[in-house]
Formats: sequence, structure tokens, C-alpha cells
Amino acid sequence: MNKRKMSTGIDVFLFLLPALILFGGILIAPIVMSGYYSLFDWHLVKGNQGFVGLANYKELFTSNSIAFTKALGNSLLLAAVSVFVQLPISLGLALLLGRGFKGERIFLSIFFLPVLISTVVIGQLWLKIYNPNYGLLNVALTSLGFEKFKDYTWLSSNSAIWACFIPTLWQFVGYHMLLMYAGVKSVPTEYREAAKIDGATEAQVDRYIVIPYIKGILKVSVIFAVTGSLKSYDMIKILLGSQKHSPVEVPTTRLINQIIERNNVGMGSAIAIILIILCFAFALIIGKVFKEDD
Amino acid sequence: MAKNLNTENNYTLKKSSKVVKVVVYILLAIWTVVNLFPIYWMFTFSLKDNSEIFGANVAGLPTKWLWSNYAAAWNTGDMPRFFVNSIIVTVATILITLIASVMATYAITRIVWKGAKFTNSFFMLGLTIPVHSALVPIYKVLISMKLTNSFAALILPYSAFSLAMGILICTGFMAEIPKDIDEAAYIDGCTRWGIFFKIIVPLMKPAVATVSIYTFLQSWNEFMFASIFNTQSKYMTIPAGVQQLFGSYTTDWGPIGAALSIATFPTIVAYIFLNRKIQDSFIAGAVKG
Repeated sequence: MNKRKMSTGIDVFLFLLPALILFGGILIAPIVMSGYYSLFDWHLVKGNQGFVGLANYKELFTSNSIAFTKALGNSLLLAAVSVFVQLPISLGLALLLGRGFKGERIFLSIFFLPVLISTVVIGQLWLKIYNPNYGLLNVALTSLGFEKFKDYTWLSSNSAIWACFIPTLWQFVGYHMLLMYAGVKSVPTEYREAAKIDGATEAQVDRYIVIPYIKGILKVSVIFAVTGSLKSYDMIKILLGSQKHSPVEVPTTRLINQIIERNNVGMGSAIAIILIILCFAFALIIGKVFKEDD
Repeated sequence: MAKNLNTENNYTLKKSSKVVKVVVYILLAIWTVVNLFPIYWMFTFSLKDNSEIFGANVAGLPTKWLWSNYAAAWNTGDMPRFFVNSIIVTVATILITLIASVMATYAITRIVWKGAKFTNSFFMLGLTIPVHSALVPIYKVLISMKLTNSFAALILPYSAFSLAMGILICTGFMAEIPKDIDEAAYIDGCTRWGIFFKIIVPLMKPAVATVSIYTFLQSWNEFMFASIFNTQSKYMTIPAGVQQLFGSYTTDWGPIGAALSIATFPTIVAYIFLNRKIQDSFIAGAVKG
């Protein structure tokens, strides 16, 4: 028996080994390295040019050429729209489907479908929808009599940010809906019944029974919506990547620009570290907000 | 009595007024159209020529079904190669994720030792950490090792990023296997490896399916790492390849639609047969995470 106990340590280590190598080597170590690089003036080609302390971070928030604060602002705007427009739509659909009636599984499966399709495909489709000359949007608008939208370029200047946000939000409505629907379905029927006997309407049941019951899931959804917005990259890159000066920048497009086009490892790492800090900070704050609400 | 009440009020809309019912169905129908229209449009314009797409028949079914668009898309650039590359990367990622997460879950949940709980929370960090934050050092290491443009450049990061979810899903399934089974085997003199391979692994089939589906969707669709690490078409996966092809191939919309449909086809097929399991795999991560 003793011999076996001694082997426990070795067994645990061996069973964990593949996961530790992957996780430690490809996720944890790179993040530690990012933190380290971010304190140096470090170029991919020229190499390490010396320790600069927090200068990279300072430059991020002061330099106009990097325009990081604007990019950060854009992603926070996306987060706000996501929480206050996208999630209510998801919640509404989840509550409707959760009431239980014919075809709810089919509707659920249809609403979830866009989540599974590659953002490249969705983005390419929306590029076609937005096409100035032949796109569905302008064809529809002009045929409805809005002549000024003939050849309108949605993906430039002021409208570009919303043209990017709409497909991003559209694609993931179904994701949040699915999570919330799972929550709605876990509400014990007795709760609903009791409220109904007391004369509550369906809407009142949703408001006073279901929504408080699924608060845990709503919290997760809000966290995912906010951190997802901070990380957003694919749709913006796909919709605007072909333009020389992209009209909409977000932190990740700035990060890629620093590392790929400028080979600036230090600055790119500083952006990465800020993103990690923001994601964890928002997760904590949102968790707190939901707790205080109790 | 309770049973009776249950059947009286079993939360169907039967009892609601007709008006409410109609309004609900109208709302759901509107959202169905909003959801499906772009996808419907993709499939229809993949079968049309430009004169139809740009002309009178913008949104209707094709008048002549041009399956030749699919042949054209398949023969553009390196489409077949992208497809094969995606399969290689996805299958390898699934295998590595499965092996690493089933083994780690066993160590965390079935072996009694002090650091188990801490180790679990450590892996769960992977659910919150933005993958982009690891990109700079990985890119730097890949460049210095001349490993950009290789399958490993995608397989290893994808496996690492799927690991947290893999462990989370496996933990749920492994908790359902009674611990008495391994204790009995242990007393009979079976080693931990014997228990793992002979008892646990065969019982983990449903977890294997769920993890595989989740990992498949993540790696099949991944764009950011794919487009940055592998820029030669020899190693490109479908998302990066399709995105690159359209730079040089934007005038003819039909074959573009066909290429997008080809890229989506495996996902749609999987979804038709496994929609419940796919949805469960997404719920599993959020509800416990």
C-alpha cells in the first residue's frame, strides 16, 4: 500500500503532463513573456533595444499615430451595444421559446445556426450585402424609393462602425439565446405553476420568477458579451481589411498592426497585456454587480 | 392532486389567448427570416451567374441552377488543398485535445491529492484568458524557429485553447461514473493506468463526442491565427484561404458563393445530425464556467 501511495505523485504528474505542456507552454508562458516584452523596446528584426519600463503603455495612451484609445473606445461601444441591444434580444427569444410550444426546438436550432458558421463566411456574405453597386441592402433601399442610397458605401467613414457591429451582433444573438434558454428550461415547473395560480400573467412569470432564477446565466452572458467585444477582430478584419486605411480600429487590429506590420514586439505585447487585464477586470466587476443586486 | 395540476398548467401556449399565440409566432417568424436570409441568399447566389445576381432576380431561386459554379470554386486557387489542410489541422487538434483533457481530468477528479482543486482552477483560467494575448510570443517563437507555415503552428495553439473547455466537459461526464468502480478495481490490485484505460476511457465515449464537436467547430472556423501564422497556401486552412482567394477573385459572385457554401457544408451536415449534442457542448462551458 505504501509503495502505491508513493506512486501517486508520479501518476498525477504523468496524467497531467500533456495538458501542462500544452497549457503552460502555449498559453501561460506566452502571457508571462508578453508581460516581459511589454517593458522593452523590442523589435522582431532589430532585436531588443533595451528596457523602457512602462513607456510602451504610456505611448499607447498618448500617441495619436497608434490611436489606441480610439480603438479601445470602439470596442467598449461594441460591448455596450452588445449588452444593451443584443442580450435583450437573446433574452426575449429565450423567454418566448422557454414558454414551451410547438416547434420550439426547431426555432432554437435555426436561431443558433449562425454561431456555427465561420466568421469568414458570414463576413464575406455581409460584404456582398453591403456592396455599393449590387449589394442587397442598396438594391432594397433604392427599390423602396430611397434614391440617395444608390451606390452608397456603407463600409467607409461614419457608417462603417455600425456596418461592422451589426453582423457581429447578429451572428451571436443565438449563442446567448441558447445559454439563456438552457436556464429558462431549468426553472422548476412548480414555481411557474404557483405564480400562475396566484394569477400572474406569462409576462409577470418571466419578470418575477424566470429572470431572477437565471441570474447566474445572465451574468455569464454579460461577461462573455463584454470580453468578446474587447477581443473582437475577425469581422472587422474581414469587412474592412481590404481598405488601405481602415475606418474602424479595435485593440486587436492595433495589436496585429504593431506586430505584423511594424514588428514591434514590445508595443504589441503591451496591448495584449492591457486586453488580459481588461478582460479579468470586467469579469470581476460584472460578477460584483450581479452579486450586489441580490 | 399535484399531478392533475401539472397537466392543467403544463406551460404550453394552449391556454394563452389566440392573439398572444399569433403575435409570438409572428415574432419568431420574423427572427427566423432575419437569421436564415443571408444563408439562404448565399446558397441561391452560389447557383446563379452575375446577370441574375445583379439583375432582376436578386433574391429569388436561381432560374438556371449553375452547379458549374461549384466546380469553378473548387478549381480556384488551392481550394481542395485548403479543405484537406483544414481536415488535417482539425483532426489532429481534436486528438491532442482529447488525450490531454481526458488524462488531466482523471488526475484532477479521480486521484486524491492535495493540489487537485487548485490545478483545476488553474486550467479554468483558460476560459477567460483572451487567446490573442498569447499571439505575440507564439508568433515570435514560430518566426525564430522557422515554424510559421506549418500545421504545428495551428494545431498546438488550437489544442491549448480548447483544453480548458475539454477538461470542463470531461469533468462533468467523469463525475457521473461511480467512484466505487475504480475503488473496487484498485483493491483488486489494478494500477491507476489499468483503471484509466480499462474502465474510465471506455465510459467516456459521450464526453469524447462532445469535446470533439466543440473542438471541431473552434478549429474549423478559426481565422485570426490561421491568417497570420500560415500565409502560404500549402498550409492554409479554409477560412484563411477563402479570405485570401477573394482578393484576386471578386468579379464573379457565383463561384464565391459556391466557395462559401463549400466551407460551410461540413458544419451544416454535422449540425443536422448532431444539433442537440452541439448545443449541449456550448451550454456545458457556460453554465459551469
